[in-house]
Amino acid sequence: MDWFFIIAVVAKIIAIIAVVMGIATLLTWVERKQSAIMQDRLGANRADILGLRIIGLFQPIADAIKMLTKEDYIPPFVNKTLHTLAPVLAFVPVLAMLAAIPFGPSLNIAGREVSMQIADINVGLLYIFAFGGLAVYGAVLAGWGSNNKYALLGGVRASAQMLSYEVCLGLSLVGMIMIYGTLDLQAMVAYQSGYWFDGKWIPKWGLFMQPLAALLFLPAAIAENKRIPFDVPEAESEIIGFFTEYSGMRAGLFMFAEFIEMLIIAMLFSLIFLGGWHIPYLGFDGFNWPWGGSWLLPVWAVKMLQFGALFFKISVMIFFFELVRWTLPRFRYDQVMRLGWVYLLPLAILNVAITGVVMVAVGK
Amino acid sequence: MELILFLIIGLTVIGAGMMVILTKNPVTSALYLTLAFFGLAALYVLLGAPFIAALQVMVYAGAIMVLFLFIVMLLNLRDKQTWELTTGMRRALGLVVAAGILLVALAAMKGLVSPPAPLDTDMGSPAAVGLALYRRFLLPFEVASVLLLIAIIGVVAMLKQKSPEQAPEGGGTDGRT
Repeated sequence: MDWFFIIAVVAKIIAIIAVVMGIATLLTWVERKQSAIMQDRLGANRADILGLRIIGLFQPIADAIKMLTKEDYIPPFVNKTLHTLAPVLAFVPVLAMLAAIPFGPSLNIAGREVSMQIADINVGLLYIFAFGGLAVYGAVLAGWGSNNKYALLGGVRASAQMLSYEVCLGLSLVGMIMIYGTLDLQAMVAYQSGYWFDGKWIPKWGLFMQPLAALLFLPAAIAENKRIPFDVPEAESEIIGFFTEYSGMRAGLFMFAEFIEMLIIAMLFSLIFLGGWHIPYLGFDGFNWPWGGSWLLPVWAVKMLQFGALFFKISVMIFFFELVRWTLPRFRYDQVMRLGWVYLLPLAILNVAITGVVMVAVGK
Repeated sequence: MELILFLIIGLTVIGAGMMVILTKNPVTSALYLTLAFFGLAALYVLLGAPFIAALQVMVYAGAIMVLFLFIVMLLNLRDKQTWELTTGMRRALGLVVAAGILLVALAAMKGLVSPPAPLDTDMGSPAAVGLALYRRFLLPFEVASVLLLIAIIGVVAMLKQKSPEQAPEGGGTDGRT
């Protein structure tokens, strides 16, 4: 344990939490603004500082102040311990997941290779799944601790949905894990920077290798995230969900956890299926075009481009998730269950079987 | 450093384990069980087996969630209601089981004075665990799988059997097994 290592880890924790919190706050704005554009409205544009509005970008700040200063009312009939504990249990596992996600290529700082991942564990993906599985406790305990029938039913719906789709989510990635031969997300990205057919044209991104896995991962991930069209646990507009009895920042924590989860899913999809920070034809010294010729770049420029690429891919995924959220209506509860167990799960198992057969046939 | 962490986590696990049986509310009890398993996972990390730790959390987080739902759905308890263990028979039975588990635990811990050292081999890595499961422990692994399969089929069979009975009255379990 040398000091350099400790300082690097602490710096990474602070930087990542700051950035993720900032992005999650911004996502509330993205959600409102994108829905406004899709529905031909103006959207939030009134919050201003000294008359300055910049397309409503101050709205998240106003929202945050509102959340924090709102009355935090604990109804007299709730189980106080569980009621207090539930938002924390919903929020902490989501933050903990960030520890195993690489945020970019490793950097060379003071002669040392520093990876952009807080904890360099070789079972990163399993670690993320482990904490993802814990996230269900927040929802269920909120429902139970509220001592409210509607909230309890919402919590039970949340647990049924999240436990069901966790199976699909895990199985959809088993095929990818088999191909990559690792659970380490950085190693997965390294694998995807290869090219098909010994050529130099098509990168070996996960999406091109297993489109079915990507197709299964997306609905399962949105269901884990409890967002429309899978928002039966919450369903604030009519059937009433698990955090009915929460107000102020406690309710805000549930919402915040959901936004960070969406960010994490976008990251995972980018890292596992879209090549992470890999840009086609970009090597460590610049672009090497497959049609000959090259464009040499200094190392820092390559690294910056790679960070930018990952950010771009994550943004595209978030745009896609918002598109889904504002396009589809909510599934009925039985439809959610049937989709998960009857359609997604067999397809996921089929995908694993096909992957195994192909891998044996290719002789890898 | 590692000893301090071991002591903190170990005491947490023991405390949580005690609370599982000391609290009267089954929901709180289930939550402490989660904490105990989580602490065990932390101990695995300390021993250099992050893979087993991740599996521990994954499997038990889901499993206890189901237990939790069991309490919520089937026991139908209110906040104030608690389990009562009053009969002497149950207490005696509990004592016997506890003594048996203690004996097994003591036998396992015999000759152990300091906390176990982390393994320097990669015994806890995914590849090593996979090879051990599918080569050396193949038979127990398959037997366990069959056992789980039987449980699943049993549940489905029980549910299937119930549905025609519900329609009219009577019927009963007429010879079907």
